[in-house]
Amino acid sequence: MNQKEWPLWEVFIRSKQGLDHKHVGSLHAADAEMAIQNARDVYTRRLEGVSIWVVESTHVHASNPDDSAAFYEPANDKIYRHPTFYQVPDSIKHM
Amino acid sequence: MMTDSTTQALAVTPETSAQLLPFVLQLADTSLILAHRLSEWCGHGPILEQDLAMANIALDLLGEARSYYQYAAELEGKGRTEDDLAYLRPAVEYSNPLLVEQPNGDFAHTIVRQFIYDAFHYHLLLQLQQGPDAQLAAIAEKSVKEAAYHIKWSSEWVIRLGDGTDESRQRVEKAIRNLWRFSGELTTPTVTEQLLQTAGFLPDYATTQQQVDTHVARVFEEATLSVPEGIFMQKGGKDGRHSEHLGYLLAELQYLQRTYPGLQW
Repeated sequence: MNQKEWPLWEVFIRSKQGLDHKHVGSLHAADAEMAIQNARDVYTRRLEGVSIWVVESTHVHASNPDDSAAFYEPANDKIYRHPTFYQVPDSIKHM
Repeated sequence: MMTDSTTQALAVTPETSAQLLPFVLQLADTSLILAHRLSEWCGHGPILEQDLAMANIALDLLGEARSYYQYAAELEGKGRTEDDLAYLRPAVEYSNPLLVEQPNGDFAHTIVRQFIYDAFHYHLLLQLQQGPDAQLAAIAEKSVKEAAYHIKWSSEWVIRLGDGTDESRQRVEKAIRNLWRFSGELTTPTVTEQLLQTAGFLPDYATTQQQVDTHVARVFEEATLSVPEGIFMQKGGKDGRHSEHLGYLLAELQYLQRTYPGLQW
């Protein structure tokens, strides 16, 4: 690895209203502490968040787009997995 | 020195008010000039993330400067605005310490300048926010949160550069050699500051210096750097005796208002 290049980090921010951290982008930093500070400077300038997670991008393992047929298409014809066959009584609101 | 028992009893008399104006202007000029220096990095930072970090700090300092200029204009009561004070005063009327007008140099030079200033600025604000002047205390209370981030940022960079590669260490040591002579002025009180200290409006700078020294010693130890000793300290900026650098800086900073008086956008 070229030591002159700082590694890439993925940044996740939780907003004030949000319950979960959402991926907002990536940045370069020498270590985790710098990554959090950089994330603070780059991604929370406009009150976007109250909590920051950073993960070095090399630790993120992604599914292969070539597998998408095998991975996702079998779910297409299995509509019974959606809970849409129940009768909801009229008295139940907000479903 | 400010203590709880004395601060309660203090009131702003015409005498202290007359001393307060030059001091507030000094704080304003200091923040403005350092903000301008940092803003010169915009678009030139070593990496995008640090470019933004410096621009953020510059904007924090600019906001702080505005608060002080607005307060100064109010204290002066002659109808001058914050813009008049920032854009239409000559260099000899500027009372920022010499440190903040020093050119950026390389990144290590900018970091060391910032570190020396942050160590003082943060500890001064901590004390100002408990001072007897309500307006100054309010500005300090708002700014100290920003200064707490600045000191964290610059301290970590001093550690990274000092305890980094041969080149980074060499550069940060050179910056320390060049800039340390400007550190003493920050806590050397002017006549104005002495009067405000006697009146209980300002902390005893000896206390501030101790807090600064403690912080610097801790960071330098981690950075494996040594704190310079027996350095002859330059001063004069706070009394309007500036280095040649301020004139060039103000020429750029004030150009638009000087060329097109009253211009707005």
